[in-house]
Amino acid sequence: MSTEPFTPGARVRTRSTDPAGHTRLPRYARGAVGVLVEQAGRHPLADDRARGVTGDAQPVWHVRFAAADLFGAGDHTVTVELWQDYLTPIEEHP
Amino acid sequence: MSGDHGSSVISARVRHVEALLESCGLLDAGEIDIRIDEFLAGGTPANGARIVARAWVDPAFAERLLADANTAIREVGLSMAGGLQEQRLKVVANSADQHNVVVCTLCSCYPIALLGPSPSWYKSEAYRSRVVRDPRGVLAEFGFPLPAGTSIAVWDASAESRYLVLPRRPVGTGDLAETELAGLVTRKGLIGTAPV
Repeated sequence: MSTEPFTPGARVRTRSTDPAGHTRLPRYARGAVGVLVEQAGRHPLADDRARGVTGDAQPVWHVRFAAADLFGAGDHTVTVELWQDYLTPIEEHP
Repeated sequence: MSGDHGSSVISARVRHVEALLESCGLLDAGEIDIRIDEFLAGGTPANGARIVARAWVDPAFAERLLADANTAIREVGLSMAGGLQEQRLKVVANSADQHNVVVCTLCSCYPIALLGPSPSWYKSEAYRSRVVRDPRGVLAEFGFPLPAGTSIAVWDASAESRYLVLPRRPVGTGDLAETELAGLVTRKGLIGTAPV
């Protein structure tokens, strides 16, 4: 496995907290474990822009979740586009 | 969810800001409507249909389209640069094993400059909240029951990318020309709520 924590195939956990202002991390995908599919460019964090703060661009990722992990049911996948700030890499222990 | 954009309070505020900008000379009267018309002028589902038909007749184009849609659609004279900045387009291909469907759960993100305004059901809270949880049930309500063996991938377009579904070419269309094939593609097919 790559030493780079943010790389396609890596497992990540999304932030679980409910921020006070605008966010693009949908509620249904909070505190969930997903897999990085591919990077979808770099953009300033939408949460900051909504508050008038100009931050640096950061990677935005397609993150794929199993529906059962999000909703407790379903055999489909849901792929959400998430800013890297929302994500924490999960350390693998082989 | 941020579903209600029609309140008179926000509409009144927008009109007030528009009037202020006009009185300060920053905006000509009616300029916003003109800019919106310009933005939407080239947007139509027929653009998506042309992309799909080309992908059906030219496998190498399909490969380029799935790898880098923004570059590939320039080959058919289209672009995602119609707005203030070029938006990333991600094309997702249906196969015998997997069907794709697009939603924006947070608002109503859609490739407007390319496809024109989205259908009203796409913006409804019912579609946005339900298709991520139960896509098979929602597609069945659209009159599109998927075989149990077909897996479903839902794409939530709630950030910077916009999405287009590449439907499967219908069987028995081997004799059709590219323009005739484009005529088979529907807006629902491009979103993933119809087979084509």
